[in-house]
Amino acid sequence: MSILVDKSTRLLVQGITGSEGSFHTQRCIEYGTKVVAGVTPGKGGSEHLGVPVFNTVEKAMTETEANASLMFVPPAFAADGILEAIEAGMPLVVCITEGIPVLDMVKVHRYLKDKSTRLIGPNCPGVMSPGKCKAGIMVGEIHLAGNVGVVSRSGTLTYDVVSQLTGLGIGQSTCVGIGGDALPGSTFVDILKLFQADRDTKAVVLIGEIGGTMEQEAAEFISGKMTKPVVAFVAGSTAPPGKRMGHAGAIITGSAGKASEKMKALSGAGVTIAPTPAEVGLTVKKVLQSL
Amino acid sequence: MKIHEYQAKALLAQYGIPIPKGKLASDPAEAEKIGAEIGGNVVIKAQVYAGGRGKAGGIKMVHGPAEAKKAASQLIGTRLVTHQTGPEGVPVSKVLVEEASNVARELYLSILVDGVSHLPVMMASQAGGMEIEEVAQAAPERIFKGYIDPAVGFQPFQGRKLAYGMNLEGGQIGEATRLMTNLYRLFMDKDCSLAEINPLVVTADNRLLALDAKLNFDDNALYRHRDIQELQDKEQEEPLEVQARDWGISNYVKMDGDIGCMVNGAGLAMAVNDLIQYCGGRAANFLDIGTLNNTERVVNSFRMFVADHRIKAVWVNIFGGMARVDVIARGIVEAYRQLNIRFPVVIRLAGTNLEEGHRILAESGIGFISAKDFYDGARKVVEAAKGGAK
Repeated sequence: MSILVDKSTRLLVQGITGSEGSFHTQRCIEYGTKVVAGVTPGKGGSEHLGVPVFNTVEKAMTETEANASLMFVPPAFAADGILEAIEAGMPLVVCITEGIPVLDMVKVHRYLKDKSTRLIGPNCPGVMSPGKCKAGIMVGEIHLAGNVGVVSRSGTLTYDVVSQLTGLGIGQSTCVGIGGDALPGSTFVDILKLFQADRDTKAVVLIGEIGGTMEQEAAEFISGKMTKPVVAFVAGSTAPPGKRMGHAGAIITGSAGKASEKMKALSGAGVTIAPTPAEVGLTVKKVLQSL
Repeated sequence: MKIHEYQAKALLAQYGIPIPKGKLASDPAEAEKIGAEIGGNVVIKAQVYAGGRGKAGGIKMVHGPAEAKKAASQLIGTRLVTHQTGPEGVPVSKVLVEEASNVARELYLSILVDGVSHLPVMMASQAGGMEIEEVAQAAPERIFKGYIDPAVGFQPFQGRKLAYGMNLEGGQIGEATRLMTNLYRLFMDKDCSLAEINPLVVTADNRLLALDAKLNFDDNALYRHRDIQELQDKEQEEPLEVQARDWGISNYVKMDGDIGCMVNGAGLAMAVNDLIQYCGGRAANFLDIGTLNNTERVVNSFRMFVADHRIKAVWVNIFGGMARVDVIARGIVEAYRQLNIRFPVVIRLAGTNLEEGHRILAESGIGFISAKDFYDGARKVVEAAKGGAK
């Protein structure tokens, strides 16, 4: 098993005909992901990369039974694209787009409230269940199928951690990038719940960073509801306060946003903290050996 | 994005929020003239992108035009150091000359987007004039919050609740509710990330007045607010950060060490800075080159390192995903060709098109230090910065 995406995932790509959309759709197909539809308004009826293109998400879903959407829509139009997918009843939306205005995401969250769609991202690398489905922009080859779940606010740092794991022969059940924005569609807690319920996930790696309070909420969930071991690293110990460190959500505005506070909360919840970002894999190995 | 107090107040005024009478002065003579126009007691306020001006001597209460001129001359052309600026301070090139208000009470009012509820939240407190973080720590019960449903907007009942929470009374309740409604309108219209009036004062003659104002804007939304973009004062920002932006590197933050870093991805870039410190060194910058496959941005990153005289060594740490390692390698070779690079460079590459990347670097003949992994890179660059192995 795995979470969010697997062999039964029928992927639709919103923005499939754009340059990024094309490039990454091709990589997903090569990895073995079932890409069943694309959506680009105005290009309905055509075919792109051997995939039928539709004008609307609703039409694409009716025709192809797509059950997950991967989004490469430019930031100014991305929130609208997410709303369209939610309205069409898409079960899973993975939004890669970076740079969506915060107030657009406020609208999206309000609309999501009583709907069944799960949103991952925006500003994320996507979701990957090794050997089953790649719905995102991560490098396929560095992954290995296995029993460790990975959830992260970062993209490339996660690649590094995943290749540390793979290098040590530790496979992954699913790797989820929840993204670097201030208002992500899914939080650490949302994904930890899924990993806790997943039979094939034995341990979880959590990669946090400065800003917000998501790591503290994760700590609370882990201490109360989680029985599986968690290994964590929080990036940004050396980040100066008040500065946005690349990600829209990575800014220390209060003491809770500091890396030290987050690591303290996680450690207090029984999470094993990797001493450096280079030692996450080794830390997981030790934790697995002690099980 | 930040703007100056005088610009924030002009926006508040456009949205019907009462502000003190005042004008901007760029030189002491102008301050004198404005002081004469206003008459009586005036306040001279240094216009900088930093809080904590009062304690740092950036706000002066004076009487009459002659004193206004003198106070302005003591501020304009200097650098103001506050607890938010760092030891080098920020330049003061303009002052706001305002009528002095007769203050009965100081309150606090702000709007920001709450990360947990995903909603805009209006925060009000009787503890005006203090930093809200301090109030939140010491006396959280003194902060009142109203979460705003974007589909419905800010409602009068919310305004009344917050106004009663601030211990306002009588006609002030309706006045405060209107003020909050207007502030919410401004917040939404202009894609603010923070709209703060601190203090919001009740004057001796019972009026509400925004005595200070701070507006920050969502960088992601600036594309739809040209009017706001134009308000940016580059002089107030860190020169290296302005330079980086001009060279197309939007994610650059100056830090206080001597090791230059070029990384792809924000999380990895932060982790690189952390790891350098763990290994006993200090990063000179945070630099996320992003995902564009563009050699020019790599060359420009090296231009930044050459321009930054603190740099003793550079660490390039790239994990190719969207970014291709071979393109980065070509960029590095190009940088060596175009620039006079005198510092040691440690390179660690991984990910998409790695072999091609290694081949390009090996065949170029440039003298760099190769690192096999993350940890190796950190150790080698710290050693190189200390004058060790080349």
